[in-house]
Amino acid sequence: MKLGKIAAAFAGTLFMTAASIAHAETELVIATVNNGHMVEMQKHTDAFEKANPDIKLKWVTLEEGVLRSRVTTDIATKGGQFDIMTIGMYEAPIWGKKGWLTELNFSDDYAVDDIFPAVRKGLSAEGKLYAAPFYGESSMIMYRGDLVEKAGLNMPNTPTWDDVEKIVKGIHNPDEGVYGICLRGKPGWGDNMAFITTLANSYGAQWFGEDWKPQLDSPEWEAAVTFYVDLLTKYGPPGSANNSFNEILALINEGKCGMWIDATIAASFVSDPDQSKVADVIKFAQAPSKKTAKGKNWLWAWSLAVPASSKKTAEAMKFLEWATSKDYVNYIGENVGWGKVPTGTRASTYENPKFLEAAKFASAELEAIQSANPEDSTFNKSPYVGVQFAAIPEFQSIGVAVGQQMSSALAGKVTVKEALAKSQTAADRTMKKAKYY
Amino acid sequence: MKISKYDWNALFVTRTVASWLVAFIVFFPLLFLMVTAFKTELQAIAVPSLWVFEPTLENFTEVQERSDYMRFAMNSLITSLVSTILGLIIAVPSAYSFAFSPTIQTKNIMVWMLSTKFMPAVGALLPVYLLFQWAGLLDSQIALIIVFTMSNLPIMVWMLYSNFKDIPHEILEASRMDGASLWEEFRHVLLPLAMGGMASTGLLCLVLSWNEAFWALNLTSANAGTLAVLVASYSSPEGLFWAKLSAASLMAIGPIIVFGWFSQKQLVQGLTFGAVK
Repeated sequence: MKLGKIAAAFAGTLFMTAASIAHAETELVIATVNNGHMVEMQKHTDAFEKANPDIKLKWVTLEEGVLRSRVTTDIATKGGQFDIMTIGMYEAPIWGKKGWLTELNFSDDYAVDDIFPAVRKGLSAEGKLYAAPFYGESSMIMYRGDLVEKAGLNMPNTPTWDDVEKIVKGIHNPDEGVYGICLRGKPGWGDNMAFITTLANSYGAQWFGEDWKPQLDSPEWEAAVTFYVDLLTKYGPPGSANNSFNEILALINEGKCGMWIDATIAASFVSDPDQSKVADVIKFAQAPSKKTAKGKNWLWAWSLAVPASSKKTAEAMKFLEWATSKDYVNYIGENVGWGKVPTGTRASTYENPKFLEAAKFASAELEAIQSANPEDSTFNKSPYVGVQFAAIPEFQSIGVAVGQQMSSALAGKVTVKEALAKSQTAADRTMKKAKYY
Repeated sequence: MKISKYDWNALFVTRTVASWLVAFIVFFPLLFLMVTAFKTELQAIAVPSLWVFEPTLENFTEVQERSDYMRFAMNSLITSLVSTILGLIIAVPSAYSFAFSPTIQTKNIMVWMLSTKFMPAVGALLPVYLLFQWAGLLDSQIALIIVFTMSNLPIMVWMLYSNFKDIPHEILEASRMDGASLWEEFRHVLLPLAMGGMASTGLLCLVLSWNEAFWALNLTSANAGTLAVLVASYSSPEGLFWAKLSAASLMAIGPIIVFGWFSQKQLVQGLTFGAVK
């Protein structure tokens, strides 16, 4: 009797399994990350579906690292699981070149020329655009204006690293729970290495020479990393080697950091009174320079692309045009608020007086984005494109390996010289294996 | 040496305090998660952590609004339940054969089965992904059921094997001498004796399948995601998400905690005492 019940339950479950596998028609599956702007877009699925009743949107939200590996697996095996995917400036040109992405051709109404040229170039390969930017970011300084003023100091709009060190020293007050500066230390090519690369660029360093040989053992890299480790050791919060964007955002919003150099997107969080205890005293300045201003601030754009394996290209393009258009920015501005519009991609956004009034960081963000140039980001000529990364497939593994060494140096487990020597060996091995030389 | 009553009391108190301390340390992350789920994002990042605050349910509301919780929960329920039943259907006869009719190769086969667990799952990702792609099973509950069943089978066979080994061989022989068929032997003799072990094996595998994240994240997209996928979707590279992530986690583990609570007697008994000890 009992066995009969178990068998019935089993059969019932199998039936439910079979029944729930049914798929809807003209369904676009969109893989994305859990960023504020992306979440906002998901909330307006209805608006798109109303305008396009034959298309249904299905969202798959994944953690950034998982999204990359998931999307890479799917695209490399032509799995066809996704019709639209969220990718960054690193992936777009590499995957485009490999033929993994569909070339994007927009209608005239879309105003593709309104997208910042540097962003457009960063998402293109061989002159073809492979991803449409949803929101973009550079890096800049966010600091506590009240503390700088109290210390009798002044932050120039385009400071040098010497200026920054002086100010950080002046506002560092751990007894009152305020650390002079917070910077990324968590290992990862998109974590600590994004920041360290911009610092190294400003010191005149670069990832690869013109012959593609890694340059991590150069005096410029040593000077830059030594400065980074010293600055954070003296004036940073304890455990900096584990800090990334969110950890530092939490610290600064709690008033524990005097200065932060990171993504411009953070400006909207730190100046939001609902999130930050120091929203009204936060000020902005451009990323610091040293030997050169080239490559001192990064450029990144979370973008939407259509994999070549998708069989719904026409519908996917409709969605891309909607989500990354001027009209979408206006729609969010009017319906949600001008402080919540996706920024960093279109010049027209920064010409809108309503946006400029709502976002006090707008001019600093615009200046940062416009000054970044992925095609000319190093003091000496380099063979690669990208500010905080080199847009080659091998960079990801090199960046991760070097990031771990930098984090170890910051934690005091190895010296800067040792960390750079190990990094150089790892990078050299990877580049040789990939037959760059 | 005689131990005085005072020493006994001291020993008892020390052991009790130590037990509670260990239990608290083990439980603390869960407690922290539960508390964080009822905070606002700003309260969640407060340093030092807030333990007294006005609780809010806004995170749960947002998780429900943003994600179709019931769909994820149904996927978890179906995949874990069916994979456990399927696993038991395969593992019970295998373990029976290994325990009561061993051959010269039994030990080697058992070790070989276990050795499949030595390799990290990611090592098999690409072939498994391609197989399911070829079979048109990507993003389906069937794919997850197959993978969960396969990955739990070695544990199931081993657990049932050690359980069956504890059953005196003579009891089964006696039933055979009385003319019982194989099915009758299993149904009327083995099953009542091994029910505890089989229940604990099933429960453990149910919990393992429910919490499995690697395959669920890699083989599903829009339709077959389990609660583990729902939780992962609340991690954010840029923005505060601790409170919402905690709420999503609490909603994901809630059903299995309740289930574990009610079945803890069988689970602990099966894991610690075996069937007939």
